[in-house]
Amino acid sequence: MRHETPRLILLLLPAGIFFTAFFLLPLSRLFAIGGSGADGFAAYAAIVTDRNYFASLLSTLALAAATTAATLVISGISGVFLQRSRFPGNAILVAMLTFPLAFPGVVIGFMVIMLAGRQGLIGEIALRLTGEKIVFAYSMAGLFMGYVYFSVPRTILTVMAAAEKLDPKLEEAARSLGASTWQVVRDVIIPGLKPAFISAGAICFATAVGAFGTAFTLATRINVLPMVIYTEFTLQANIATAAALSFVLGAVTWVVLAAARTAAGSSVAAAG
Amino acid sequence: MTEGFKPIAITLENCGKTFADGTRALHPLTLEIAASETIVFLGPSGCGKTTTLRIIAGLETPDPGGRVLFDGEDVTALPIERRRVGMVFQSYALFPNMSVAENVGYGLRVRRVAGAEAAGRVAEMLAMMRIEALADRRIDQLSGGQRQRVALARALAVRPRVLLMDEPLTALDAKLRDALRLEIDELLRRLGITAIYVTHDQAEAMALGDRIVVMDHGRVAQVGKPRDIYQRPSTRFVADFIGTMNRINGTVRDGAFVTAAGAIPWREAPPGASEALFRPEDVTLDDTAEAHLRGRLTAAFFLGDRTRLFIDVGMEKPLVTETGARRDFTHDEPIGLRIDPRGLMAL
Ligand SMILES: Nc1ncnc2c1ncn2[C@@H]1O[C@H](COP(=O)(O)OP(=O)(O)OP(=O)(O)O)[C@@H](O)[C@H]1O
Ligand SMILES: [Mg+2]
Repeated sequence: MRHETPRLILLLLPAGIFFTAFFLLPLSRLFAIGGSGADGFAAYAAIVTDRNYFASLLSTLALAAATTAATLVISGISGVFLQRSRFPGNAILVAMLTFPLAFPGVVIGFMVIMLAGRQGLIGEIALRLTGEKIVFAYSMAGLFMGYVYFSVPRTILTVMAAAEKLDPKLEEAARSLGASTWQVVRDVIIPGLKPAFISAGAICFATAVGAFGTAFTLATRINVLPMVIYTEFTLQANIATAAALSFVLGAVTWVVLAAARTAAGSSVAAAG
Repeated sequence: MTEGFKPIAITLENCGKTFADGTRALHPLTLEIAASETIVFLGPSGCGKTTTLRIIAGLETPDPGGRVLFDGEDVTALPIERRRVGMVFQSYALFPNMSVAENVGYGLRVRRVAGAEAAGRVAEMLAMMRIEALADRRIDQLSGGQRQRVALARALAVRPRVLLMDEPLTALDAKLRDALRLEIDELLRRLGITAIYVTHDQAEAMALGDRIVVMDHGRVAQVGKPRDIYQRPSTRFVADFIGTMNRINGTVRDGAFVTAAGAIPWREAPPGASEALFRPEDVTLDDTAEAHLRGRLTAAFFLGDRTRLFIDVGMEKPLVTETGARRDFTHDEPIGLRIDPRGLMAL
């Protein structure tokens, strides 16, 4: 028993080194750089005081939240359906779902343009039907579509894995007590899938907050924080502000995920 | 406490079940279950007990031609949520995201029973199952026995027309199983509810059932009161499945059944019987010259209050009997047996 402590330290060493080298050191360095500009650590206040920064922070979070919500709704319904129904082509469809996982943001952006851009499919169809062309690829809506497109497949796979583990007896018990289909969904299926929703939702949210390539492909003026950081960093050479914004972006995301996790009362989710 | 339960009679008409993959789980079965009756479906694994229960519940539809009637009303097309049946599962199937009280009150909630009435009903059910103290517990904080009490309370809270139980005690240890079995028996009699109970444990079936339906490979082997099934099994399968059955080969001659190990007086022997069956309790030890059968002891298990003896009489399997004799038995010692002719059967 007396040798426990040294052994424990020894076992923790690899994780400790990794954590220090790739997390603690860069992050504290980032934090320090954030405070190295002309305004010192007041740069951190800029995210709230500067209307532009604050607006882009809010729109980034709103976009990520909307993406997460839409992704969870779409994936929840289709994941449970795909897991439960056997139809011809089911296996191929599920296998194809993993396809977009490897796409870089640029490709996603390209696909959004093909769908909702100036020459896009949606625009063409709308033109035929209503005589008016609908183009939304180069805006928040296009970004939203791209992120949902990117997040849905992997979330479906997570939901399917979780749906397979749901105990069918719980649904039967609820129905025997008089629960309608909708009540079974609300009281049995959604609570049963909650851990999967939380972990998949956390990854979806964090990805949407930090994604850059898609936004960059669609339009350089989309007001999301990663774009702002890029602009500050490369175009204005405003390194301190870029660092401060990056740090805040990370911290805010972390806080949002931690709050969601606590609210859900679960220890399953990975905080971004 | 028992008001509000209106037991119904249940009729199964030609209810068979063939699953999509071609498995014939149940051959067409017709059965009348009286109001307030406790029926036990008994049989080995895979014989179709659960399938039958699920057809009654409304979780499976019988093959075309089959009908399920509740008090004469055809409910075959009615889904389970509209049948008002109570279900209890082997795995408890309690909602892990709800407390004990919320579980018990769930059926009332989805049926929109008013708050005060629902609360009263939940309290009543918790008291009936003696789990008031657990009302606010989470499900994962309960023992198996407590979980099954919650499951019973939950199923009964909506005043179901019939209570359906699928091996509710199988997951519990032996002592708890006995205690809860007694409690369920009392409960069913007190409530007077029609109950259908599935088990593969014949002791459980004997204790609980007003009638037992013995099943084998998707068919009904025998239906009857526990005593009838035990004493007058109609097939070899039932004879072997329920309790222990001794069998010995021989021929009927002059009012006796003559075997290689001796002759058993049997006046009512069916002519032409080549095999006699009898239960261990119809056998007594007899070392006098009048013993019916003679054999040698192959094994003796001391069980405390009695000793279980296995006696080789030159048949395929040794005969089994039990004795309260306060003495030691030695391997290979000669044993004389007397058979009570009232316990003899032929199949
Ligand atoms: N959904 C299904 N699809 C195909 N075959 C099934 C299905 N459900 C049950 N069966 C088959 O039907 C037969 C009867 O099953 P059932 O569950 O009624 O048996 P049981 O008597 O309850 O057995 P146990 O004591 O093991 O629970 C079995 O051969 C089983 O494999
Ligand atoms: Mg079964």
